[in-house]
Amino acid sequence: MTAAGKRLGQALLVPLAVLALWEGLSRAGVINPLILPSPTKVALRWWSYLAPLGPYAPADGPYLKWLVSGELLQDAAASLYRVVSGFAIGGGLGLGLGLVMGVSSTAYRLLNPLVQILRPIPPIAYIPLAILWFGLGNPPAFFLISLGAFFPILLNTIAGVRNVDAIYVRAARNLGAKGPVLFRRVILPAAAPHILTGVRVGYGVSFIVVIVAEMIAVNSGLGYRILEAREFFWPDKILAGMITIGVIGLGIDTALNRLSNHLLRWHRSLETS
Amino acid sequence: MSATAAPQILVEKVGKIFRSPEGDEIVALRDIDLAVSSGEFVCLLGPSGCGKSTLLNAIAGFSLPTSGRLVANGTEVAEPGPDRAMVFQEYALFPWMTVAKNVAFGLEIKGEPREAVARKVDGLLRLLNLSEFAGRFPKDLSGGMRQRVAIARVLALDAPVLLMDEPFGALDALTRKNLQDEVLRIWTEFGKTILFVTHGIEESIYLADRVVVMTYRPGTVKAVVSVVLPRPRDTASPEFNALKRRLTDLVMEEQRRHEEDEIRQVI
Repeated sequence: MTAAGKRLGQALLVPLAVLALWEGLSRAGVINPLILPSPTKVALRWWSYLAPLGPYAPADGPYLKWLVSGELLQDAAASLYRVVSGFAIGGGLGLGLGLVMGVSSTAYRLLNPLVQILRPIPPIAYIPLAILWFGLGNPPAFFLISLGAFFPILLNTIAGVRNVDAIYVRAARNLGAKGPVLFRRVILPAAAPHILTGVRVGYGVSFIVVIVAEMIAVNSGLGYRILEAREFFWPDKILAGMITIGVIGLGIDTALNRLSNHLLRWHRSLETS
Repeated sequence: MSATAAPQILVEKVGKIFRSPEGDEIVALRDIDLAVSSGEFVCLLGPSGCGKSTLLNAIAGFSLPTSGRLVANGTEVAEPGPDRAMVFQEYALFPWMTVAKNVAFGLEIKGEPREAVARKVDGLLRLLNLSEFAGRFPKDLSGGMRQRVAIARVLALDAPVLLMDEPFGALDALTRKNLQDEVLRIWTEFGKTILFVTHGIEESIYLADRVVVMTYRPGTVKAVVSVVLPRPRDTASPEFNALKRRLTDLVMEEQRRHEEDEIRQVI
């Protein structure tokens, strides 16, 4: 057995054992299936959640459209759409304001007190206000998700720009750089490690907020679906939805990690990885 | 270069006063006079705290003097500029740029055409034996290699004056020796004017036409010693060692003042 194979085996050992135990206890009737259905039941439910609702009928349109017509894919797409849009709005604003507050100490002195007051309020606490202001549907969800992304990216960007090592700025000015060129080619890349940390944290918060927002303000998406499943007493569907949320979250996080490692491939702390 | 030509760097009655966080005034430099002619290699020598780096930073335009006058390349120093290229002890390479990009930076800022930049970068990397590292990031390089890149980066600017702030202070003895010869080679080949800050007595004699010894706080010029030995200099020769003894005496007087001052501060 190769070293990689051995590591994979070790990594899978405990999860598989837990699944086997869970399945065994369910089949033996020890666990009430209304509380916790068996893994096979959850898997079957997940499959039917994923699959298209009816057989393919050419009259309804192209095959590909039919293939993605399953409820799960529609829900996942709705949730992703909200996360990506909200993250883009909040992250963009956080990055822009963070750069301004990082570069200008006047802007920092004027705006930082307000930022510090608003920062500790969790985005979830804005739900009543979001509904009051934006009603139901996508707008309050966008608002809440962008709030989730905004603060981590804002704060990390400020810290990144303010902590740029003065020696880089000196060297760049000595080499003739000033103004926008100095900012774009020296300050921005020097702040990039902080900014990318902010992006990852901000994405994490956005992903939490989208699920909560969907449970409250809209009637589509993965968050909405698992809450709906509870009303129908479908614990297998709740679990199938949760697993989907986990898989998508892991996927996006891995992608962001890869992206960040690529952008920071020059960075010292990645030397050994 | 005729003897009557205007000096490349002119330092007149330069003083620099810092204010400490407690509000005390610290006189870092007082009444410094120094003229460096074109093509000359001058070392500033002294213990730490003598203001030699402060003087270099003032000439570079990073931190202007509080009194006196500084002229470099015929113009009054008011801000940093690529006519006075600086090599830092900490290398100060941009870690997010490859070796080639670091060397190209100054040329790109100047707005030189892409092909000209590529050609010059190629030549400089070859000159400093860095060609095979062109695509590497600074983190992959040893200290000596990084300082070579930093030297290539300032040579790209074609600056008449090179300011070097203890450039080899963090390097091991063998690497340092190597780079000293490299700098001498570049100095001869390109006819640069070099102002080189060091606390290495032997280093200053090995490199400089003139060694300017500075006093410990406030920094003033204690002595200017000309080194007239032919190059390459033999560090084991009696003449070299006579100079070394003389400079050691001068520097150690200031080092003792520095240490006494530190003891006073502790008490």
